[in-house]
Amino acid sequence: MEEIASLFHGFAVVLEPFNLVLMLIGITLGVLIGVLPGLGGANGVAILLPLTFSMPPTSAIIMLSCIYWGALFGGAITSILFNIPGEPWSVATTFDGHPMAQQGRAGEALTAAFTSSFVGAFIAVVVITFLAPLIAGFALQFGPPEFFAVQFLTFCSFVGMGRGNAFKTIAAMTLGFALACVGLDTVTGQLRMTFGTTELLRGFDFLIAVIGLFGIGEILLSMEEGLSFKGGAAKLNPTVVWQTWKKLPQFWVTSLRSAAIGCWMGITPGGATPASFMSYGIAKRVSRNGDRFGKGEIEGVVAPETAAHAAGTSALLPMITLGIPGSPTAAVLLGGLLIWGLQPGPLLFVEQKDFVWGLIASMYLGNVAGLLIVLTCVPLFAAILRIPFSIIAPVIVVICAVGAYTVHNAAFDIALMLVFGVIGYAFKKLDYPLSPLVLALVLGDMAESAFRQSMLLSGGSLSVFWSNWLVASIMSLGLALLLWPLVSWAKGMLQRTVPAPGTGA
Amino acid sequence: MKDGEFTSSRGLVSKRTMEIVVAVLFLVVGSIVITDSLRIGAGWRDPEGPEAGYFPFYIGLIMSGASLVTLVQAVLKRPGAGTSFVDAEALKQVLQVLVPAGVFVLLLNFIGIYVSAALYIAGFMAVVGRYAWFRAIPVGVGVAIVLFLMFEVWFLVPLPKGPIEELFGY
Repeated sequence: MEEIASLFHGFAVVLEPFNLVLMLIGITLGVLIGVLPGLGGANGVAILLPLTFSMPPTSAIIMLSCIYWGALFGGAITSILFNIPGEPWSVATTFDGHPMAQQGRAGEALTAAFTSSFVGAFIAVVVITFLAPLIAGFALQFGPPEFFAVQFLTFCSFVGMGRGNAFKTIAAMTLGFALACVGLDTVTGQLRMTFGTTELLRGFDFLIAVIGLFGIGEILLSMEEGLSFKGGAAKLNPTVVWQTWKKLPQFWVTSLRSAAIGCWMGITPGGATPASFMSYGIAKRVSRNGDRFGKGEIEGVVAPETAAHAAGTSALLPMITLGIPGSPTAAVLLGGLLIWGLQPGPLLFVEQKDFVWGLIASMYLGNVAGLLIVLTCVPLFAAILRIPFSIIAPVIVVICAVGAYTVHNAAFDIALMLVFGVIGYAFKKLDYPLSPLVLALVLGDMAESAFRQSMLLSGGSLSVFWSNWLVASIMSLGLALLLWPLVSWAKGMLQRTVPAPGTGA
Repeated sequence: MKDGEFTSSRGLVSKRTMEIVVAVLFLVVGSIVITDSLRIGAGWRDPEGPEAGYFPFYIGLIMSGASLVTLVQAVLKRPGAGTSFVDAEALKQVLQVLVPAGVFVLLLNFIGIYVSAALYIAGFMAVVGRYAWFRAIPVGVGVAIVLFLMFEVWFLVPLPKGPIEELFGY
């Protein structure tokens, strides 16, 4: 029960007035970011990260993680009211959420979405509270080969569990690694791929990439669709909330199943988006009302929202215990840890107890605060969406530019951000996944140094990755995931019924 | 690529063409990574272990391999041959955002971020959004002033400034 004591200590940290205020600011900004097109969890946190450089790390992580919770909540508002998913993980919420809004049951749908989000996140935080110290304790025995193996597993699972073309995933991922290599090599002191320019000496900062890829890229995509927000009015009164809450307990099986799917997908880097789809699909197949899904079934809102939040929250578990983020936003938070001078990984639980338990406690409180804020302020946030896109778009570009500049105080980075924006736009249209690219860019240096140290240990032989049962089983699991698309492709070739993975859209 | 032109009347470039272009670009980046890694040494030097290019060399190799497969797939299987990557209308919309943003980024090097942001937002609203100038200008200037107060006064994070801010003593 040591966890409980540490957790209460964490609550004491979070309940300091300064941290409480930051938490509320974070949640509000987060919902705003989740509602606005072009700003999402990942780039919203990236833009605000430089402002936290001077804060104490615990306060900084509380504010930034609250932005993340807020963004998770905010995505549901646009999905239900405007049929536009503010975030990729709320796509599945539009299937039943928007029909409900069209039938005049917007309040019911919103309440169901927010409450399920809260339930999903809460279950995931409980999982983190008790599982994280165990995993961290276990990981304390890890050496460089084990760390590389875990990172290898992370990247292989993108290939094995991604729905798109495996080769595109690999290409995007290696691009991230290659960009991470640019600049000064800290081990040998040599310059890599700078081609004599001084601007490239700094290398490619992942924050610039995230702001460009997700922010500018998203603006370009929304602009192309000639986006205009049309949607139902958002009214939430206590009666509707209360009546919906009375209905929700009957879906407890769906909630628990979705939360389990979400936790699993979040810890393994499947991410919130596939988790929400998977949970919706399973709920549709299992539910008694399965054939009514898609026409405004409340269960069809509960399932994806619970899973998305459980996944989004549990994505922080591998981040704080192993230093491996389970989602792009978690990757940005991890980058923040490095900037604040904290070494992510199992030692955090030993050396930075305040930080870790403050973060975990803020997950509990942040989600309670988030639920209250979204339930009370929906009309306000929905009103923001009625601001025409021709005002929103340039303002968001300016905000992204400011965010990109403040990372290194370099105007060159703003131009770089635009380039990443175009790359993000093209990649989205051609189904190159962005998350592996970002993750590789963040983890590149760590993965490389773990690989080098392992090579040094073994004198250059790859056999070090099969030198004991632990590292061998992680590596083998990684290889299995890596080769999984090949296996299913071969199966398809044999049966001649399933199309090859390359044709998947 | 011809079928692309037939299926969508104003499609400028088919998805398949773009698939090929991007795969070739990946191959180019991959070979740059490989050559640069070989230049700085991608082997094993005895006491120190792996050289600086050791890790990126294999990254470049994997990238080239994967994009070669994507390229072959795009050429042989013709995924998205009939669908257009972007049509004229959409491209116009995208350029409407991208070109002013480019001008904004260029401008801020000379006149600072606040003035160029005000110009950019007001200009975008007036030209793309067809707002009257008397509504566009206050919004642009207002956002710039809020930004200025937030960063220069509240957070004390200096952003690029130009001659106009100098007039006010910043």
